[in-house]
Formats: sequence, structure tokens, C-alpha cells
Amino acid sequence: MPLIIFKSHDGETKEVHAEAGTSVMQAAVDSGIDGILGECGGSCSCATCHCYIDPAWVAKVSPADSTEVDMLECVLEPKETSRLSCQVILTDEMDGIIIDMPESQY
Amino acid sequence: MSEHCIIIGASHAAAQLATSLRQEGWEGKISIVGDEPYMPYHRPPLSKAFFVGEKTEDELLIRAANFYEKNNIDLLLGCRVDRIDRDAKKIILQDDAEIAYTKLAITTGARVRKIPFKGSELAGVFYMRDLNDVKQTHKFTGKGKSAVIIGGGYIGLETAASLRKIGMSVTVIEAMSRVLQRVTAPEVSAFYTRVHTEEGVDIRTDAGVDAITGEQHVDGVRLSDGTTIPADLVIIGVGVIPNIEIAEAAGLTIDNGIVVDEHARTNDHDILAAGDCTNHYNPIYQRKLRLESVQNATDQAKIAAKTICGKLETYNTLPWFWSDQYDLKLQIAGLSQGFDQVIIRGDSENSRSFAAFYLCEGRLIAVDAINRPKEFMTTKRALSTGQTADPIKLADDAIDIKDAFTN
Repeated sequence: MPLIIFKSHDGETKEVHAEAGTSVMQAAVDSGIDGILGECGGSCSCATCHCYIDPAWVAKVSPADSTEVDMLECVLEPKETSRLSCQVILTDEMDGIIIDMPESQY
Repeated sequence: MSEHCIIIGASHAAAQLATSLRQEGWEGKISIVGDEPYMPYHRPPLSKAFFVGEKTEDELLIRAANFYEKNNIDLLLGCRVDRIDRDAKKIILQDDAEIAYTKLAITTGARVRKIPFKGSELAGVFYMRDLNDVKQTHKFTGKGKSAVIIGGGYIGLETAASLRKIGMSVTVIEAMSRVLQRVTAPEVSAFYTRVHTEEGVDIRTDAGVDAITGEQHVDGVRLSDGTTIPADLVIIGVGVIPNIEIAEAAGLTIDNGIVVDEHARTNDHDILAAGDCTNHYNPIYQRKLRLESVQNATDQAKIAAKTICGKLETYNTLPWFWSDQYDLKLQIAGLSQGFDQVIIRGDSENSRSFAAFYLCEGRLIAVDAINRPKEFMTTKRALSTGQTADPIKLADDAIDIKDAFTN
């Protein structure tokens, strides 16, 4: 099971193992990580699961579709590495991925 | 006595409330009591991804099964609460078992409104609310079969889209003169009617149901005008009513829902409530609301958890909703009720991407954004933070939506 390292905006880290095929959002929610909300349950409707992919890992993550790109343009503090974590599906190649979380989802 | 927070109703609000209690530092016992046999699950996919088999039962769970164990949250499932004894601070289950609480949260949600149509007891007639309902419909679905949906609201239309996806012929019966009449502008109703028609759905408006016909199994729906539409499956989606009975029997104040204050407390401050079952004041719209949405369940539950942990915060969130049908992603920010002007951005008559902005006395109050995530996100933030909109710029699709708002 791939390992995900969640980093909160103040530098606190939490390591979570999740099955390949689950989303980074679901892995966060199932571990009680409060920086990622995932209110719509993963249907790319709410943008409350915004995160930043650590630059070293961006290449291992499949790109965002047009809906996600439009949503990301309007989140608080968007960056080049912004993603909606409900759309980032874990693969075995992503073992050890570092996910930085924004200060706020709103 | 040690602290014990009991949550009645294993709903979306319950899953959030229990999680937030732990995040806020509640060290006492937490129990969720639910009458369904399932752990808290996402209901929106029931009419969509789960209905068409793109999501499994496990994927509906809001939190993984082991989450509750890890966080020391007890689940009492398949268990119905008979009453609340406020004086003794305990709940009494239907099997007469009694459980004492120090704090109680009611997250009982809502149930479908049932209309006693003649024939509604026939096999093949369903309401769409619970996982059990939807699991049973699977015996009656299949390529080439016919379905009639009674009710042209969001649930009815989402179900119609799902049934088309699996190759069924679908008729939607709506009593009013247009679909989504209660919740959208005529332009949006016309849009959904067009798309559903393009996708092969037969939409009948101003149509009353006389009876659901059949011997043991449904075989059709007879309309008030005498025509009969054949059906292997009938789905009724005509709204929900809040589950307030145990709260009412306990003497809590009820007014179209369980009345709660801005901290999610009922008139008994040791009893809180969150989600579809509550009636609460919304400071943004300056009126009392009973909302049926995931957003409300989640956000009000967070406030309730804070209150239980002694941190009083005001529930003051902009309502938002979504509905997925075919290739349409509808995102709604705000409440459009009471609008006196609609501004359409984009082409609602020929394309599948536009936004309908709702104004009241010149002030923007809501948006229906169809395949327009930027319009949704920007408007949601603007309405939450009190920015004002320029109606001329809203209407001009050539101007970036962000430039239509000023602080």
C-alpha cells in the first residue's frame, strides 16, 4: 500500500497508508486529517479538498481535467502544483508522495 | 458520570459530528445510533454513480469502516431510538434498552414524502432515499426496459439520466408546468427539458397521476388525462419531510424542522441537532431555513461539535448544492428563492455550458452554474464575503467572471 505524507501549512506531518486506486482525498478523510474536507464525496464539485503536490512528485500524478483546472483557478492561493485531491488516484508509483495542505479550504 | 455524546441517526451529519468531536478534543464516549444497517454513507451517488454501478457499496462509505474503531466511536446500527427522556438524560431504544447521555445530537435527516397513489404498493415501485431502496431497484432495471419517474425535481432528473445511461426508456411526469419549478428560473427548467429530450427522455409537464397500474408487478402509470405509459419500474421523487418525531415527542421546539440556534442547540442546550432535520436562522439570507444538502449536514455538524466542546461559533455558511446529470455538472451557490431578475451568461438555448445568476432588488443572491466551475467558485466566494456584482459584466461572457465582482 502506497504511503502518503500529509504536511499541514504549519509543517506538521502525518503518514498514511492507503490502497492503490483510492483517492488522496479519501485517504485523508479516512485518517481524520482535518485540512482536507472533501464535502462532495469526490465528484469534483466543491473544491474543499485542495492540496499541493510536492514538486518532486508532480510527474507521477496524472494531469487534471478541464473541470478541475477551472475549479483550481478559483481556489484560495492556487499554485502550479495545486490539485483537487479527490481527483488524484493513488498508484504504487506514488509510494512516499508528499502532499502539502493549504492553510484554509475557504 | 463520564461524558457520553450520543448521536441519533447514522447520517452524513453524524459522521461529521463524530469526527469533529474528536478533532475538537472530546475525550468522552461517542455513540452513533442508526436505524439502517449501514455505516454512514454518501446519499448523492444513490441516484447517480451507485445507481448505474460505477460505485460499489464500500465506496459509498463516508469514512472507512476502521475509522470509527480507530477513533473510539461506537456504532449501534440497525437500532431504532424509541424516545428521549430529557429529565433522566437517557435515550430508550425500541428493545427497551436505555443509554445515558451527557450530550445528545439529533441528526435524523429527512425521509421521502409518500403519496398514496393507487397502486403504489405494487412490486417495482420505489422511492429513492436509502441504500436499501436503490439496491432493490436493481432487480427491475435493464437495457430495453421502461421506467416512469414521478416528480421532475433534482432526484427525478438525476435518476432519469442514470436510467438512460443503462439503456432504459424513460418518461418523467411532473405535476407543475415545468421541471425544477420550485428551485430554478424558467430558463434553467427549459435547459434541462431540452437536454433530457435530446438524451431521449419523454418529459410530461402539467401531468397528474391517476394510478399506478399492474396486478402484482407494476405495468404502467395512468395519467389524469386517461393515457397510460407502460413501465417495468416506477420511481417516485416528490420531496422529503424532516424526521422530527422523536424530538417533538421529547418536547423540543419544532417549526418545519427541529428549531436550533446559531450554535446548533435546541431549546434544551444539552441536545443539539444538525442537517436536513433542523430549522435554523441563516445570517446571510436573514431568514430561517430548512436545507436539504450535504453542505448543511457537514457544516452545521462541525458547529454542533464545537458547541459540545465548549467553543461557541456561529453557523454562518453560504448554502451550496450540486447535481450531476449526463455530461452536465450543475453547481449552485446560494439560495435563489425570492429572485426578481435572472441574468444568463453564455448560451442556455443551444450549448451545455452557461450560468444563471439570480438577483433580488439588484443584489446577487445565487447562481446556477452548468459546466461553469469558475462562475460557481467565484460567485460562492463573492456571496460568502459580501462582494457586489456588476450585472452588465455578469452577462458578458467575454469578461473574466472574476472582474464582475468588486469588494
